[in-house]
Amino acid sequence: MASNTVEIMDKDGINRALVRIAHEILEKNKGAENIGLVGLQTRGVPIAYRLQRIIRDIEGLELPVGILDITLYRDDLMHLQHQPNVNVTEIPFRVENSRIIICDEVIYTGRTIRAAMDALMDQGRPHMIQLAVLIDRGHRELPIRADYVGKNIPTSRLEWVNVQLKEVDGTDGVLLGRNLDRTSSEGTI
Amino acid sequence: MSATTGEYIKTTPAIKDRSVEAGTEKSRGGDHIMDKDLIRIRTLDKEDIVRILDQAESFYEILDRPIRKVPALRGKIVVNLFFEPSTRTRTSFELAAKTLSADVVNIATKVSSAVKGESIKDTALTLKSLGANIIIVRHSHPGVPELISKQGDFKVINAGDGWGEHPTQSLLDLFTIRRKMGSLKDLHVTIMGDITHSRVARSNIYALTKMGAHVHIVAPPTLVPACLEKLGVKVHYHIEEVMEYTDILYLLRIQMERLEQSFFPSLREYAQFFGVNAKRLEQFSKEVMVMHPGPINRGVEISHDVADGMDTYIEEQVRNGVVVRMAILYLISREGAGRHDVA
Repeated sequence: MASNTVEIMDKDGINRALVRIAHEILEKNKGAENIGLVGLQTRGVPIAYRLQRIIRDIEGLELPVGILDITLYRDDLMHLQHQPNVNVTEIPFRVENSRIIICDEVIYTGRTIRAAMDALMDQGRPHMIQLAVLIDRGHRELPIRADYVGKNIPTSRLEWVNVQLKEVDGTDGVLLGRNLDRTSSEGTI
Repeated sequence: MSATTGEYIKTTPAIKDRSVEAGTEKSRGGDHIMDKDLIRIRTLDKEDIVRILDQAESFYEILDRPIRKVPALRGKIVVNLFFEPSTRTRTSFELAAKTLSADVVNIATKVSSAVKGESIKDTALTLKSLGANIIIVRHSHPGVPELISKQGDFKVINAGDGWGEHPTQSLLDLFTIRRKMGSLKDLHVTIMGDITHSRVARSNIYALTKMGAHVHIVAPPTLVPACLEKLGVKVHYHIEEVMEYTDILYLLRIQMERLEQSFFPSLREYAQFFGVNAKRLEQFSKEVMVMHPGPINRGVEISHDVADGMDTYIEEQVRNGVVVRMAILYLISREGAGRHDVA
């Protein structure tokens, strides 16, 4: 993995992107009223918490953070080689009529976000759903786009993007690489 | 959201204390339980059990949602094939399967071709032709789930086979204990009642010892099978002997329908020596969790005051039954797993 790897974003880069996204969220929604952040398991969750912290620093308001696991809603659930573990889902606010911002680290095919929207809709009818991602690497297979993007990275399908976050991986950084070993398509939807 | 901020519960840190570390789930996924039937606890290893309990933990919140449905098993056909009467197990499986969006067919033998003399094998072959993906079976003879499993590519879950095992009951019991106590290791669990005729006792003895708990049996000598100590349990004949260290008191139903011979002089005498009431519960050194797989015989193994009391987890067991069975159905449902060896 090491040979072809480039770091395309470092700790400060991630932080700057999230600060900008936080401002954009506040600008677009004219404040933080009625907003709930929802992080997708696993790395969307720390992103949601970081946005919560940044928005608190700017606006002095603590947005609620929900955690969503989309495994049961995956469209490839029955075709995977291994039955994936389902992680915790915990939405501590009412989905009904709230403005939800889905947070994830990478948007790729758009299938994860489709699943996330279905999962949220099952818990009520949100007023609005928006999407914040750290990296948009293209190759959408569904008509889905992100409202807030940390960085657009045009990639080839043979490349991989690996977002590392301190809360999960012990370090912050975004790596881009081309590695034929990483053939498993699991988890890359 | 300032106007409604009060509705929000403080969120806890995202990654919780779970036995499967966050972030490693993609590399995990295993070749254990989900490739096989679930027929015996005896043939599961500890890792399988932990995985089922962890999955159940993740499914727990689904039952609190306004719409209790997730699409995980959409298009799957789950058959409840019950040759013995059951209310809670069958309903629990049905709710679990429906919550996961499976299509559920209930077959009660009183109204099925079994009364016309159709063999178990032919029933299984019929269900196979009808496209059953998962068959949940209860029968009064041990080994029937294995027999059914050999007939086709469907998965089989044992919902109780005679004196054999009742693995899903045992897993929901473990789940209930783990939720309350945090861990199963080194707990002292006393199982009291009719051990000989109890598949629940058998499955629980296997499961609890695998998880590192100490299992004590309290029963009249006539209701304890020979050589039970070989399973790693301690056998007592008086409840007083376990009062000092018991954490969990697991009561079993006196199974009137299986007691053709007399194993004890009278129900009244049994209740005298082995029935649990509030007064007896007070004699225990620790605060004990009282559990019972149901249905309960009030006034025999458990008194009204205990059955309705604060230390009793019977209702939690019922709720957790749905959650644990969802986890089992989910884990077992994967397509394309090769034909397996039946243990």
